[in-house]
Amino acid sequence: MSAVSTMGGRGAARETRWVAPLVVFVVVTGLWEAAVRLFSVPVFLLPAPSAIAVVFAQNFLMLWEYGFNTFRQALIGFAIGCGAGIVLAAVVARSKTLAEVLLPVAVASNSVPIVAMAPLAIVWFGIGEGSKIAIVAVMCFFPTLVSTVRGLNAAAAAEVELLRSYAASEWAIFRKLRVPTALPFVFNAFKICSTLSMIGAIVAEFFGGSVKYLGVYIKTEANILHTTEAWSAILVACLIGIFFYMAIVGLERWLMPWHVSQRAENS
Amino acid sequence: MAESREGRDMAAKPVMVEIAGVNKVFGDASGGTVALQDIVLRIEQGEFVSIVGPSGCGKSTLLRIIADLIPPTNGRVQVNGKTPHQARLDRDYGFVFQAPTLLEWRTVLKNVELPLEVMHAAKPEWKERARKMLELVGLKDFHHHYPWQLSGGMQQRASIARALAFDPALLLMDEPFGALDEFTRERMNLELLDIWEKTHKTLIFITHSIAEAVFLSSRVVVMTPRPGKIAAVIDVDLPYPRTFETRESERFFELVTQVRETLKEEFVGRGGGGA
Repeated sequence: MSAVSTMGGRGAARETRWVAPLVVFVVVTGLWEAAVRLFSVPVFLLPAPSAIAVVFAQNFLMLWEYGFNTFRQALIGFAIGCGAGIVLAAVVARSKTLAEVLLPVAVASNSVPIVAMAPLAIVWFGIGEGSKIAIVAVMCFFPTLVSTVRGLNAAAAAEVELLRSYAASEWAIFRKLRVPTALPFVFNAFKICSTLSMIGAIVAEFFGGSVKYLGVYIKTEANILHTTEAWSAILVACLIGIFFYMAIVGLERWLMPWHVSQRAENS
Repeated sequence: MAESREGRDMAAKPVMVEIAGVNKVFGDASGGTVALQDIVLRIEQGEFVSIVGPSGCGKSTLLRIIADLIPPTNGRVQVNGKTPHQARLDRDYGFVFQAPTLLEWRTVLKNVELPLEVMHAAKPEWKERARKMLELVGLKDFHHHYPWQLSGGMQQRASIARALAFDPALLLMDEPFGALDEFTRERMNLELLDIWEKTHKTLIFITHSIAEAVFLSSRVVVMTPRPGKIAAVIDVDLPYPRTFETRESERFFELVTQVRETLKEEFVGRGGGGA
């Protein structure tokens, strides 16, 4: 521990950023454990963290296999949904009329509970991965579209005039100004969609599919009051969700070393 | 240098900017606001002309018309012997905005290279040129800094280097030092004069500071608002190169007073007419 305290400025800052959330996590888990033991909560209502950890360890490989299956669907859906959102945003941002027609529809669609359409997706795309990927893709599409359009139009008037003064073509203005300006907006959408995509995949699985997926597994185990097993699968879903989110944050840092969110560390 | 400017012959110098009877009305012609009325102005090659006036006098609008960033409602404008549109396509001018407008995702060097990139200049040549311009504005140790790591004055220097990077004949500056503190602004004034003497550009400089206009320019165009028009064009006969001492000279104060009186007369005259 003493090594931490001797570390210089930025290292120490990075260390301490992790300490507070970690303490909260440990305290909450501790209280949970204590409460379950103290009040003898029946295991089918709420298992103790230690019990979940044991089941997690016992079923380790199986859980990760199921987790990976679900994550693959989430990732493919994410790629399709975000990709389509970005492509349509690029088209919409170039035309005022298109933007005026499509954006209100997109914003309104954003409030439609897409998971409610999961049973229909099974009718359209089959009981297999197709229906799950479709749900995830639709969930990711709208936030990405709306954010990216906003980002592509976020360049300051003076910045556009600057490029005009160089007699830059619309394409050059798009590439050299609008796209870099939009990047932070796009990454905000990616962060939201990384979480959404795991939720979408798992909830879509609740409506049916092969047993080798987290959603199906959680539902099956919960139905027969194997609550600890369900919790161990939820734990895997959480870990994958965090990993996905962090991967996007990492990509963002790598692609945007200039951005405001990173200045505190670099300076 | 000083003698040649004092001894210049009005007829001999080629014209850089010619503005003849330009009007600009925002909104529709019947009920719109008249931003510019009957502007007539001729600027020769190598001149340093300041346009001074209070907010709303149309000075920025005039600069944007010269730059072909907005069209005039009517009247004729020629830049470097062409239409402003052609001059823009030929990259005849560099524009420096009030805000440095550096792209935050580019380092200082990359920002200065931006116009060359857009214009598809040959790569080794553009690197060399960008480096030279950064050295000229005193930023050669800051190539790889991001804009937010620089002070306001340094950011504005970088934006001047960027405007000079493609070697335009004309430099249009829209209140470039308006956001800087007095100290930094005075130093930047000297540096700008230095750059002007080294590069022989024609400079059109917008400011709302009378002292800055007189200190920098060979001619001061005084504009008054509502509608925006030219109240007077005052020749500044202070010798170049100008120094800190120039600001303390008697002639400097006389000229500043003359500009101020022109602005005052316009206001008083109008107030009397309305009463």
